[in-house]
Amino acid sequence: MSLFVDIRKRLGGFQLDVRLEADGGVLGLLGASGCGKSLTLQCIAGILSPDEGKITLDGVTLFDSVAGINLPPQKRRVGYLFQHYALFPNMTVRQNVLCGLHREPEREAKVRKLDEILNRLHLSGLESRRPHELSGGEQQRVALARILVGGPNLLLLDEPFSALDSQLREQLQMEMQTLLARFDKPALLVTHDRDEAYRLCGQIALINQGRIVTQQETKTLFADPGSRQAASMTGCKNIVVAQKTGEYEVTVPDWGVRLVTAVPLRDGLCAIGVRANHFDAAETQNRHPIIQTGQMEEPFSYMLQMRYANQSAHTPDIWWRVPKVDMTGLPEAVGIAPEFVLPLYE
Amino acid sequence: MDLFPLWNSLRVAALSTVIVFFLGMCAAFYVSKLGRVKKGIIDVLFTLPLVLPPTVVGYVLLVTVGARRPLGVFLEQFGLRFVMTWYGGVLAAAVVAFPLMYRTARGAFESFDETLAYAGKTLGLSNTYIFWRIRVPACKQGILAGIVLAYARALGEFGATIMLIGYTPGRTATISTTVYHLWRIGDDRGAFMWVMVNLGISAAVLLAVNLLERRKKKAVRV
Repeated sequence: MSLFVDIRKRLGGFQLDVRLEADGGVLGLLGASGCGKSLTLQCIAGILSPDEGKITLDGVTLFDSVAGINLPPQKRRVGYLFQHYALFPNMTVRQNVLCGLHREPEREAKVRKLDEILNRLHLSGLESRRPHELSGGEQQRVALARILVGGPNLLLLDEPFSALDSQLREQLQMEMQTLLARFDKPALLVTHDRDEAYRLCGQIALINQGRIVTQQETKTLFADPGSRQAASMTGCKNIVVAQKTGEYEVTVPDWGVRLVTAVPLRDGLCAIGVRANHFDAAETQNRHPIIQTGQMEEPFSYMLQMRYANQSAHTPDIWWRVPKVDMTGLPEAVGIAPEFVLPLYE
Repeated sequence: MDLFPLWNSLRVAALSTVIVFFLGMCAAFYVSKLGRVKKGIIDVLFTLPLVLPPTVVGYVLLVTVGARRPLGVFLEQFGLRFVMTWYGGVLAAAVVAFPLMYRTARGAFESFDETLAYAGKTLGLSNTYIFWRIRVPACKQGILAGIVLAYARALGEFGATIMLIGYTPGRTATISTTVYHLWRIGDDRGAFMWVMVNLGISAAVLLAVNLLERRKKKAVRV
Protein backbone atom coordinates (compact mmCIF):
# COMPACT_ATOMS: atom_id res chain seq x y z
CA MET A 1 0.00 0.00 0.00
CA SER A 2 2.00 2.94 -1.15
CA LEU A 3 1.80 6.04 -3.25
CA PHE A 4 4.70 7.49 -5.16
CA VAL A 5 4.49 10.91 -6.81
CA ASP A 6 7.17 12.71 -8.75
CA ILE A 7 5.65 15.31 -11.06
CA ARG A 8 6.28 18.66 -12.68
CA LYS A 9 3.67 20.99 -14.11
CA ARG A 10 3.77 24.56 -15.36
CA LEU A 11 0.58 26.58 -15.03
CA GLY A 12 0.88 30.16 -16.21
CA GLY A 13 3.79 31.60 -14.26
CA PHE A 14 3.57 28.90 -11.59
CA GLN A 15 5.88 25.91 -11.56
CA LEU A 16 4.93 22.80 -9.60
CA ASP A 17 7.75 20.36 -8.85
CA VAL A 18 6.68 17.82 -6.28
CA ARG A 19 8.09 14.51 -5.06
CA LEU A 20 6.18 12.58 -2.41
CA GLU A 21 5.97 9.13 -0.95
CA ALA A 22 3.19 7.87 1.29
CA ASP A 23 2.54 4.48 2.84
CA GLY A 24 -0.43 3.32 4.90
CA GLY A 25 -0.71 6.40 7.11
CA VAL A 26 -1.93 9.95 6.66
CA LEU A 27 0.45 12.33 4.93
CA GLY A 28 -0.26 16.02 5.39
CA LEU A 29 0.56 18.58 2.73
CA LEU A 30 1.06 21.78 4.67
CA GLY A 31 1.55 25.13 2.99
CA ALA A 32 0.11 28.58 2.41
CA SER A 33 -2.74 29.03 -0.05
CA GLY A 34 -1.58 29.07 -3.66
CA CYS A 35 1.51 26.97 -2.96
CA GLY A 36 0.39 24.08 -5.17
CA LYS A 37 -1.17 21.73 -2.62
CA SER A 38 -4.53 21.37 -4.34
CA LEU A 39 -2.84 21.27 -7.74
CA THR A 40 -0.88 18.24 -6.54
CA LEU A 41 -4.06 16.49 -5.46
CA GLN A 42 -5.72 17.23 -8.80
CA CYS A 43 -2.75 15.74 -10.65
CA ILE A 44 -2.89 12.60 -8.51
CA ALA A 45 -6.64 12.24 -9.06
CA GLY A 46 -6.23 12.71 -12.81
CA ILE A 47 -8.31 15.88 -13.04
CA LEU A 48 -5.21 17.66 -14.34
CA SER A 49 -2.34 16.10 -16.23
CA PRO A 50 1.21 16.89 -15.14
CA ASP A 51 3.65 17.98 -17.86
CA GLU A 52 6.04 15.21 -16.91
CA GLY A 53 6.81 12.72 -14.19
CA LYS A 54 5.35 9.59 -12.69
CA ILE A 55 2.58 8.61 -10.27
CA THR A 56 2.17 5.05 -9.01
CA LEU A 57 -0.30 3.64 -6.50
CA ASP A 58 0.23 0.11 -5.12
CA GLY A 59 2.45 -0.71 -8.07
CA VAL A 60 -0.15 0.45 -10.60
CA THR A 61 1.09 3.29 -12.80
CA LEU A 62 -1.49 6.06 -12.88
CA PHE A 63 0.65 8.47 -14.85
CA ASP A 64 3.99 8.14 -16.60
CA SER A 65 5.05 10.74 -19.13
CA VAL A 66 7.90 8.57 -20.44
CA ALA A 67 5.76 5.47 -21.00
CA GLY A 68 2.84 7.59 -22.21
CA ILE A 69 0.46 6.35 -19.50
CA ASN A 70 -2.29 8.65 -18.22
CA LEU A 71 -5.22 6.80 -16.67
CA PRO A 72 -8.50 8.75 -16.68
CA PRO A 73 -9.78 9.71 -13.20
CA GLN A 74 -12.54 7.11 -13.56
CA LYS A 75 -9.96 4.28 -13.56
CA ARG A 76 -7.70 5.51 -10.76
CA ARG A 77 -9.89 4.49 -7.79
CA VAL A 78 -8.82 7.56 -5.89
CA GLY A 79 -11.30 9.06 -3.43
CA TYR A 80 -11.30 12.87 -3.50
CA LEU A 81 -12.98 14.88 -0.75
CA PHE A 82 -13.40 18.39 -2.10
CA GLN A 83 -13.19 21.52 0.01
CA HIS A 84 -16.93 22.19 -0.34
CA TYR A 85 -17.71 18.46 -0.65
CA ALA A 86 -19.15 18.70 -4.21
CA LEU A 87 -22.37 16.84 -3.38
CA PHE A 88 -24.68 16.60 -6.38
CA PRO A 89 -27.41 19.14 -5.54
CA ASN A 90 -30.10 17.47 -7.66
CA MET A 91 -29.76 14.13 -5.85
CA THR A 92 -30.79 12.92 -2.40
CA VAL A 93 -28.26 11.65 0.14
CA ARG A 94 -29.10 8.11 -0.94
CA GLN A 95 -28.61 8.86 -4.64
CA ASN A 96 -25.37 10.68 -3.90
CA VAL A 97 -23.94 7.72 -2.01
CA LEU A 98 -25.18 5.31 -4.68
CA CYS A 99 -23.02 7.20 -7.19
CA GLY A 100 -20.04 5.77 -5.33
CA LEU A 101 -21.48 2.26 -5.69
CA HIS A 102 -22.14 2.17 -9.42
CA ARG A 103 -19.35 -0.38 -9.94
CA GLU A 104 -21.17 -2.91 -7.75
CA PRO A 105 -23.18 -5.15 -10.12
CA GLU A 106 -25.27 -7.06 -7.59
CA ARG A 107 -28.36 -5.36 -6.30
CA GLU A 108 -28.32 -7.05 -2.90
CA ALA A 109 -24.70 -6.25 -2.23
CA LYS A 110 -25.39 -2.68 -3.27
CA VAL A 111 -28.19 -2.23 -0.76
CA ARG A 112 -26.17 -3.93 1.99
CA LYS A 113 -23.10 -1.74 1.40
CA LEU A 114 -25.26 1.37 1.25
CA ASP A 115 -26.91 0.60 4.60
CA GLU A 116 -23.56 -0.28 6.11
CA ILE A 117 -21.87 2.97 5.19
CA LEU A 118 -24.89 5.10 6.12
CA ASN A 119 -24.89 3.47 9.55
CA ARG A 120 -21.18 3.82 10.00
CA LEU A 121 -21.25 7.53 9.24
CA HIS A 122 -24.43 8.17 11.26
CA LEU A 123 -26.45 9.13 8.20
CA SER A 124 -29.39 6.78 8.71
CA GLY A 125 -32.61 8.72 8.57
CA LEU A 126 -31.20 11.37 6.25
CA GLU A 127 -31.40 9.25 3.08
CA SER A 128 -34.06 11.30 1.35
CA ARG A 129 -32.68 14.74 2.23
CA ARG A 130 -31.07 16.95 -0.38
CA PRO A 131 -27.58 18.39 0.19
CA HIS A 132 -28.85 21.93 0.84
CA GLU A 133 -31.00 20.59 3.69
CA LEU A 134 -27.95 19.25 5.56
CA SER A 135 -25.56 20.90 8.01
CA GLY A 136 -21.90 21.34 7.07
CA GLY A 137 -20.89 18.33 9.15
CA GLU A 138 -23.57 16.14 7.61
CA GLN A 139 -22.55 17.23 4.13
CA GLN A 140 -19.00 16.19 4.88
CA ARG A 141 -20.13 12.79 6.13
CA VAL A 142 -22.24 12.23 3.01
CA ALA A 143 -19.27 13.11 0.82
CA LEU A 144 -17.09 10.71 2.79
CA ALA A 145 -19.70 7.96 2.59
CA ARG A 146 -19.95 8.45 -1.16
CA ILE A 147 -16.17 8.08 -1.47
CA LEU A 148 -15.55 5.26 1.03
CA VAL A 149 -18.40 3.04 -0.15
CA GLY A 150 -16.58 2.42 -3.42
CA GLY A 151 -13.44 1.19 -1.66
CA PRO A 152 -10.84 3.64 -2.97
CA ASN A 153 -7.15 2.77 -2.89
CA LEU A 154 -6.17 6.27 -1.86
CA LEU A 155 -7.92 9.10 -0.07
CA LEU A 156 -7.34 12.75 -0.96
CA LEU A 157 -8.70 15.32 1.49
CA ASP A 158 -8.63 18.91 0.27
CA GLU A 159 -8.93 21.37 3.20
CA PRO A 160 -11.79 19.28 4.59
CA PHE A 161 -12.52 21.52 7.58
CA SER A 162 -12.09 24.99 6.14
CA ALA A 163 -15.80 25.31 5.27
CA LEU A 164 -16.85 24.66 8.88
CA ASP A 165 -17.06 26.95 11.88
CA SER A 166 -14.44 26.41 14.57
CA GLN A 167 -16.65 24.66 17.14
CA LEU A 168 -17.74 21.99 14.69
CA ARG A 169 -14.24 21.71 13.28
CA GLU A 170 -12.67 20.01 16.28
CA GLN A 171 -15.57 17.60 16.65
CA LEU A 172 -15.22 16.58 13.01
CA GLN A 173 -11.46 16.36 13.23
CA MET A 174 -11.92 13.86 16.04
CA GLU A 175 -14.36 11.85 13.91
CA MET A 176 -12.01 12.06 10.94
CA GLN A 177 -9.16 10.72 13.07
CA THR A 178 -11.21 7.62 13.95
CA LEU A 179 -12.24 7.19 10.35
CA LEU A 180 -8.70 7.54 9.01
CA ALA A 181 -7.42 5.05 11.59
CA ARG A 182 -9.77 2.46 10.09
CA PHE A 183 -8.69 3.27 6.54
CA ASP A 184 -5.67 1.06 5.93
CA LYS A 185 -4.58 2.72 2.70
CA PRO A 186 -2.65 5.93 2.12
CA ALA A 187 -4.39 9.24 2.65
CA LEU A 188 -3.25 12.74 1.72
CA LEU A 189 -4.58 15.70 3.66
CA VAL A 190 -4.08 19.17 2.27
CA THR A 191 -4.25 22.01 4.76
CA HIS A 192 -2.85 25.42 5.61
CA ASP A 193 -3.58 24.88 9.32
CA ARG A 194 -0.60 23.42 11.20
CA ASP A 195 -2.70 22.40 14.20
CA GLU A 196 -4.94 20.38 11.90
CA ALA A 197 -1.92 18.80 10.24
CA TYR A 198 -0.39 17.97 13.61
CA ARG A 199 -3.60 16.42 14.90
CA LEU A 200 -4.35 14.20 11.93
CA CYS A 201 -1.14 13.41 10.06
CA GLY A 202 1.56 10.87 10.88
CA GLN A 203 3.85 12.56 8.39
CA ILE A 204 3.95 16.06 6.99
CA ALA A 205 5.33 17.40 3.74
CA LEU A 206 5.85 21.15 3.72
CA ILE A 207 5.15 22.83 0.36
CA ASN A 208 6.31 26.28 -0.57
CA GLN A 209 5.89 27.86 -4.01
CA GLY A 210 5.30 24.55 -5.75
CA ARG A 211 8.22 22.74 -4.12
CA ILE A 212 8.49 20.28 -1.25
CA VAL A 213 10.60 21.83 1.51
CA THR A 214 10.81 18.63 3.53
CA GLN A 215 8.84 15.50 4.34
CA GLN A 216 9.16 14.09 7.87
CA GLU A 217 7.39 12.41 10.74
CA THR A 218 5.09 15.03 12.25
CA LYS A 219 6.61 14.99 15.74
CA THR A 220 10.18 15.07 14.45
CA LEU A 221 9.32 17.96 12.15
CA PHE A 222 7.89 20.10 14.94
CA ALA A 223 10.64 19.13 17.43
CA ASP A 224 13.48 19.67 14.98
CA PRO A 225 12.43 21.48 11.79
CA GLY A 226 16.06 21.70 10.66
CA SER A 227 15.76 24.66 8.28
CA ARG A 228 14.60 28.27 8.54
CA GLN A 229 11.78 27.66 6.11
CA ALA A 230 10.51 24.56 7.91
CA ALA A 231 10.77 26.33 11.25
CA SER A 232 8.74 29.27 10.09
CA MET A 233 6.17 27.03 8.34
CA THR A 234 5.66 25.03 11.53
CA GLY A 235 4.91 28.24 13.38
CA CYS A 236 8.24 29.13 14.98
CA LYS A 237 7.95 32.87 15.66
CA ASN A 238 11.53 33.66 16.64
CA ILE A 239 14.16 32.86 14.04
CA VAL A 240 17.48 34.64 14.24
CA VAL A 241 20.92 34.42 12.63
CA ALA A 242 23.41 32.48 14.75
CA GLN A 243 26.98 31.14 14.61
CA LYS A 244 28.23 27.88 15.94
CA THR A 245 30.83 28.58 18.64
CA GLY A 246 31.07 25.20 20.32
CA GLU A 247 29.78 21.67 19.98
CA TYR A 248 26.71 22.63 22.01
CA GLU A 249 26.95 26.42 21.87
CA VAL A 250 25.81 29.17 19.52
CA THR A 251 26.33 32.92 19.53
CA VAL A 252 23.36 35.05 18.54
CA PRO A 253 24.78 38.46 17.58
CA ASP A 254 21.39 40.18 17.07
CA TRP A 255 20.22 39.19 20.54
CA GLY A 256 23.63 39.68 22.16
CA VAL A 257 23.49 36.26 23.87
CA ARG A 258 25.11 32.84 23.83
CA LEU A 259 22.83 29.81 24.01
CA VAL A 260 23.49 26.14 24.63
CA THR A 261 21.70 23.39 22.77
CA ALA A 262 20.80 19.84 23.73
CA VAL A 263 21.95 18.29 20.44
CA PRO A 264 25.48 18.45 19.04
CA LEU A 265 25.72 21.05 16.29
CA ARG A 266 26.91 20.45 12.75
CA ASP A 267 28.84 22.87 10.62
CA GLY A 268 26.73 24.99 8.30
CA LEU A 269 24.43 26.22 11.07
CA CYS A 270 22.95 29.52 9.95
CA ALA A 271 20.27 30.34 12.47
CA ILE A 272 18.41 29.19 15.53
CA GLY A 273 14.70 29.17 16.26
CA VAL A 274 12.85 29.46 19.55
CA ARG A 275 9.10 28.94 19.64
CA ALA A 276 7.06 31.62 21.41
CA ASN A 277 5.89 29.24 24.14
CA HIS A 278 9.34 27.87 24.91
CA PHE A 279 10.69 30.80 26.94
CA ASP A 280 10.42 30.07 30.63
CA ALA A 281 10.70 32.48 33.56
CA ALA A 282 11.67 29.64 35.94
CA GLU A 283 14.31 28.06 33.67
CA THR A 284 17.88 28.56 34.84
CA GLN A 285 19.71 27.57 31.64
CA ASN A 286 20.16 30.06 28.81
CA ARG A 287 18.92 32.71 31.21
CA HIS A 288 19.31 36.33 30.17
CA PRO A 289 17.82 39.65 31.31
CA ILE A 290 14.97 41.05 29.20
CA ILE A 291 12.96 44.24 28.68
CA GLN A 292 9.27 44.00 27.85
CA THR A 293 8.11 46.15 24.90
CA GLY A 294 4.54 45.04 24.23
CA GLN A 295 1.72 42.91 25.51
CA MET A 296 -1.41 41.41 23.99
CA GLU A 297 -3.96 39.54 26.06
CA GLU A 298 -5.43 36.28 24.75
CA PRO A 299 -8.14 34.15 26.42
CA PHE A 300 -5.74 31.90 28.33
CA SER A 301 -2.34 33.44 27.78
CA TYR A 302 -0.44 36.65 27.19
CA MET A 303 1.48 37.31 24.02
CA LEU A 304 4.45 39.41 25.03
CA GLN A 305 7.01 41.25 22.99
CA MET A 306 10.38 41.62 24.56
CA ARG A 307 14.06 42.39 23.88
CA TYR A 308 17.22 41.07 25.48
CA ALA A 309 19.06 43.68 27.51
CA ASN A 310 21.98 43.61 25.05
CA GLN A 311 19.91 43.17 21.89
CA SER A 312 21.13 45.30 18.98
CA ALA A 313 18.92 48.10 17.72
CA HIS A 314 16.77 47.65 14.58
CA THR A 315 16.28 43.94 15.17
CA PRO A 316 12.78 42.47 15.55
CA ASP A 317 11.31 42.02 19.00
CA ILE A 318 11.04 38.53 20.44
CA TRP A 319 7.65 36.82 20.85
CA TRP A 320 6.86 35.05 24.10
CA ARG A 321 3.56 33.36 24.86
CA VAL A 322 2.97 32.88 28.62
CA PRO A 323 -0.01 30.95 29.98
CA LYS A 324 -1.97 33.18 32.39
CA VAL A 325 -1.52 30.71 35.26
CA ASP A 326 2.28 31.05 34.95
CA MET A 327 2.24 34.84 34.80
CA THR A 328 3.26 36.17 38.22
CA GLY A 329 4.54 39.66 37.63
CA LEU A 330 6.97 40.39 34.85
CA PRO A 331 10.30 38.52 35.21
CA GLU A 332 13.58 40.37 34.83
CA ALA A 333 15.16 37.48 32.98
CA VAL A 334 13.97 34.37 31.07
CA GLY A 335 15.64 31.10 30.23
CA ILE A 336 15.23 28.54 27.45
CA ALA A 337 15.66 24.81 28.03
CA PRO A 338 18.49 23.64 25.74
CA GLU A 339 16.26 21.19 23.86
CA PHE A 340 14.07 24.14 22.78
CA VAL A 341 16.93 25.96 21.04
CA LEU A 342 16.30 24.67 17.50
CA PRO A 343 19.40 24.57 15.30
CA LEU A 344 18.59 25.60 11.72
CA TYR A 345 20.76 24.88 8.68
CA GLU A 346 20.74 26.14 5.10
CA MET B 1 -62.26 27.15 -40.43
CA ASP B 2 -59.31 25.09 -41.65
CA LEU B 3 -57.20 24.28 -38.58
CA PHE B 4 -54.19 23.03 -40.56
CA PRO B 5 -52.01 26.12 -39.84
CA LEU B 6 -52.46 25.54 -36.07
CA TRP B 7 -51.46 21.89 -36.28
CA ASN B 8 -48.59 22.67 -38.66
CA SER B 9 -47.26 25.50 -36.50
CA LEU B 10 -47.34 23.35 -33.39
CA ARG B 11 -45.53 20.42 -34.99
CA VAL B 12 -42.93 22.64 -36.67
CA ALA B 13 -42.24 24.49 -33.41
CA ALA B 14 -42.16 21.30 -31.33
CA LEU B 15 -39.89 19.39 -33.69
CA SER B 16 -37.50 22.27 -34.21
CA THR B 17 -37.34 22.82 -30.44
CA VAL B 18 -36.40 19.18 -29.87
CA ILE B 19 -33.64 19.44 -32.49
CA VAL B 20 -32.44 22.78 -31.18
CA PHE B 21 -32.48 21.44 -27.61
CA PHE B 22 -29.94 18.71 -28.39
CA LEU B 23 -27.84 20.66 -30.88
CA GLY B 24 -27.87 23.84 -28.82
CA MET B 25 -26.84 22.05 -25.66
CA CYS B 26 -24.03 20.09 -27.29
CA ALA B 27 -22.80 23.27 -29.00
CA ALA B 28 -23.03 25.19 -25.72
CA PHE B 29 -21.06 22.53 -23.84
CA TYR B 30 -18.45 22.32 -26.60
CA VAL B 31 -17.96 26.08 -26.82
CA SER B 32 -17.87 26.55 -23.03
CA LYS B 33 -14.75 24.32 -22.95
CA LEU B 34 -12.87 26.15 -25.72
CA GLY B 35 -9.99 28.60 -25.41
CA ARG B 36 -10.62 32.31 -25.83
CA VAL B 37 -9.79 32.75 -29.52
CA LYS B 38 -11.65 29.69 -30.80
CA LYS B 39 -14.56 30.51 -28.54
CA GLY B 40 -14.81 34.02 -29.96
CA ILE B 41 -14.90 32.81 -33.57
CA ILE B 42 -17.30 29.90 -33.12
CA ASP B 43 -19.54 31.93 -30.85
CA VAL B 44 -20.02 34.55 -33.57
CA LEU B 45 -20.83 31.83 -36.10
CA PHE B 46 -23.42 30.20 -33.83
CA THR B 47 -25.05 33.49 -32.87
CA LEU B 48 -25.26 34.92 -36.38
CA PRO B 49 -28.82 33.65 -37.15
CA LEU B 50 -30.04 35.66 -34.17
CA VAL B 51 -28.86 39.00 -35.52
CA LEU B 52 -29.34 38.45 -39.25
CA PRO B 53 -32.72 39.41 -40.70
CA PRO B 54 -34.76 36.18 -40.99
CA THR B 55 -35.18 36.77 -44.72
CA VAL B 56 -31.39 36.67 -45.09
CA VAL B 57 -31.30 33.39 -43.17
CA GLY B 58 -34.05 32.11 -45.47
CA TYR B 59 -32.10 33.18 -48.53
CA VAL B 60 -28.94 31.45 -47.26
CA LEU B 61 -30.96 28.29 -46.63
CA LEU B 62 -32.46 28.43 -50.13
CA VAL B 63 -29.02 28.81 -51.62
CA THR B 64 -27.69 25.89 -49.56
CA VAL B 65 -30.43 23.26 -49.76
CA GLY B 66 -32.23 24.51 -52.90
CA ALA B 67 -33.30 21.87 -55.43
CA ARG B 68 -30.50 22.58 -57.89
CA ARG B 69 -27.73 23.12 -55.34
CA PRO B 70 -25.23 20.31 -54.64
CA LEU B 71 -26.43 19.78 -51.06
CA GLY B 72 -30.05 19.90 -52.20
CA VAL B 73 -29.40 17.31 -54.89
CA PHE B 74 -27.56 15.13 -52.38
CA LEU B 75 -30.40 15.31 -49.85
CA GLU B 76 -32.98 14.64 -52.56
CA GLN B 77 -31.47 11.14 -52.92
CA PHE B 78 -32.70 10.37 -49.39
CA GLY B 79 -36.10 11.81 -50.18
CA LEU B 80 -35.37 14.97 -48.18
CA ARG B 81 -36.68 18.14 -49.79
CA PHE B 82 -36.63 21.25 -47.70
CA VAL B 83 -38.01 23.72 -50.23
CA MET B 84 -41.80 24.11 -50.16
CA THR B 85 -42.31 21.31 -47.59
CA TRP B 86 -43.46 21.45 -43.98
CA TYR B 87 -40.21 20.01 -42.67
CA GLY B 88 -38.39 22.77 -44.51
CA GLY B 89 -40.28 24.89 -41.97
CA VAL B 90 -38.68 22.81 -39.22
CA LEU B 91 -35.26 23.56 -40.69
CA ALA B 92 -35.95 27.30 -40.97
CA ALA B 93 -37.36 27.53 -37.42
CA ALA B 94 -34.52 25.45 -35.99
CA VAL B 95 -31.82 27.62 -37.56
CA VAL B 96 -33.43 30.83 -36.34
CA ALA B 97 -34.17 29.49 -32.82
CA PHE B 98 -30.80 27.75 -32.37
CA PRO B 99 -28.85 30.78 -31.07
CA LEU B 100 -31.39 31.37 -28.29
CA MET B 101 -31.01 27.85 -26.94
CA TYR B 102 -27.25 27.85 -27.50
CA ARG B 103 -26.61 31.16 -25.75
CA THR B 104 -28.79 30.56 -22.67
CA ALA B 105 -27.42 27.04 -22.24
CA ARG B 106 -23.85 28.28 -22.65
CA GLY B 107 -24.38 30.88 -19.93
CA ALA B 108 -25.70 28.15 -17.63
CA PHE B 109 -22.82 25.79 -18.43
CA GLU B 110 -20.24 28.48 -17.83
CA SER B 111 -21.55 29.13 -14.32
CA PHE B 112 -21.56 25.40 -13.52
CA ASP B 113 -19.34 24.44 -10.59
CA GLU B 114 -16.75 22.27 -12.32
CA THR B 115 -15.80 20.47 -9.09
CA LEU B 116 -19.12 18.59 -9.36
CA ALA B 117 -17.90 17.10 -12.63
CA TYR B 118 -14.50 16.35 -11.09
CA ALA B 119 -16.22 14.63 -8.17
CA GLY B 120 -18.22 12.51 -10.61
CA LYS B 121 -15.07 11.54 -12.48
CA THR B 122 -13.15 10.49 -9.37
CA LEU B 123 -16.18 8.42 -8.31
CA GLY B 124 -15.83 6.60 -11.63
CA LEU B 125 -18.98 7.94 -13.28
CA SER B 126 -18.88 8.06 -17.08
CA ASN B 127 -18.67 11.39 -18.88
CA THR B 128 -22.09 10.78 -20.45
CA TYR B 129 -23.63 10.16 -17.04
CA ILE B 130 -21.97 13.27 -15.62
CA PHE B 131 -23.28 15.37 -18.51
CA TRP B 132 -26.91 14.22 -18.45
CA ARG B 133 -27.39 13.45 -14.75
CA ILE B 134 -25.23 16.07 -13.04
CA ARG B 135 -24.34 18.93 -15.37
CA VAL B 136 -27.68 19.30 -17.16
CA PRO B 137 -29.83 19.07 -13.98
CA ALA B 138 -27.58 21.63 -12.26
CA CYS B 139 -28.07 23.97 -15.22
CA LYS B 140 -31.79 23.18 -15.47
CA GLN B 141 -32.99 26.75 -15.01
CA GLY B 142 -30.92 28.12 -17.86
CA ILE B 143 -31.71 25.21 -20.14
CA LEU B 144 -35.46 25.47 -19.47
CA ALA B 145 -35.30 29.16 -20.23
CA GLY B 146 -33.50 28.32 -23.46
CA ILE B 147 -36.15 25.79 -24.44
CA VAL B 148 -38.98 28.25 -23.82
CA LEU B 149 -37.26 31.03 -25.75
CA ALA B 150 -36.45 28.68 -28.62
CA TYR B 151 -40.02 27.35 -28.72
CA ALA B 152 -41.52 30.82 -28.68
CA ARG B 153 -39.15 31.97 -31.42
CA ALA B 154 -39.85 28.87 -33.55
CA LEU B 155 -43.61 29.33 -33.16
CA GLY B 156 -43.38 32.94 -34.30
CA GLU B 157 -40.95 32.30 -37.18
CA PHE B 158 -42.00 34.09 -40.34
CA GLY B 159 -39.19 35.51 -42.49
CA ALA B 160 -37.00 32.47 -43.08
CA THR B 161 -40.10 30.27 -43.33
CA ILE B 162 -41.80 32.28 -46.07
CA MET B 163 -38.54 32.36 -48.03
CA LEU B 164 -37.93 28.62 -47.81
CA ILE B 165 -41.38 27.02 -47.83
CA GLY B 166 -43.68 29.82 -48.92
CA TYR B 167 -47.41 29.61 -48.24
CA THR B 168 -49.39 26.66 -49.53
CA PRO B 169 -52.73 26.13 -47.76
CA GLY B 170 -52.95 22.66 -46.30
CA ARG B 171 -49.27 21.92 -46.95
CA THR B 172 -46.88 24.54 -45.63
CA ALA B 173 -49.13 27.17 -44.05
CA THR B 174 -48.23 28.14 -40.48
CA ILE B 175 -50.10 30.56 -38.25
CA SER B 176 -47.78 33.44 -39.00
CA THR B 177 -47.77 32.94 -42.78
CA THR B 178 -51.57 32.47 -42.69
CA VAL B 179 -52.08 35.79 -40.90
CA TYR B 180 -49.93 37.49 -43.53
CA HIS B 181 -51.75 35.79 -46.41
CA LEU B 182 -55.25 36.52 -45.08
CA TRP B 183 -54.40 40.16 -44.50
CA ARG B 184 -53.04 40.46 -48.05
CA ILE B 185 -56.22 39.10 -49.59
CA GLY B 186 -58.28 41.41 -47.37
CA ASP B 187 -59.79 38.74 -45.09
CA ASP B 188 -59.54 40.82 -41.91
CA ARG B 189 -61.87 38.56 -39.96
CA GLY B 190 -59.79 35.47 -40.75
CA ALA B 191 -56.55 37.23 -39.91
CA PHE B 192 -58.02 38.44 -36.60
CA MET B 193 -59.09 34.87 -35.71
CA TRP B 194 -55.57 33.56 -36.22
CA VAL B 195 -54.09 36.45 -34.27
CA MET B 196 -56.34 35.45 -31.35
CA VAL B 197 -55.23 31.81 -31.66
CA ASN B 198 -51.60 32.89 -31.61
CA LEU B 199 -52.20 35.09 -28.56
CA GLY B 200 -53.82 32.14 -26.79
CA ILE B 201 -50.88 29.83 -27.43
CA SER B 202 -48.31 32.42 -26.36
CA ALA B 203 -50.23 33.20 -23.17
CA ALA B 204 -50.49 29.48 -22.40
CA VAL B 205 -46.75 29.00 -22.83
CA LEU B 206 -45.95 31.93 -20.57
CA LEU B 207 -48.44 30.72 -17.97
CA ALA B 208 -46.88 27.26 -18.00
CA VAL B 209 -43.44 28.77 -17.45
CA ASN B 210 -44.66 30.84 -14.52
CA LEU B 211 -46.38 27.84 -12.94
CA LEU B 212 -43.22 25.76 -13.34
CA GLU B 213 -41.14 28.44 -11.66
CA ARG B 214 -43.56 28.85 -8.79
CA ARG B 215 -43.59 25.10 -8.13
CA LYS B 216 -39.82 25.05 -8.18
CA LYS B 217 -39.61 27.88 -5.62
CA LYS B 218 -42.09 26.16 -3.32
CA ALA B 219 -40.13 22.93 -3.41
CA VAL B 220 -36.99 24.75 -2.32
CA ARG B 221 -38.66 26.57 0.54
CA VAL B 222 -40.06 23.44 2.21
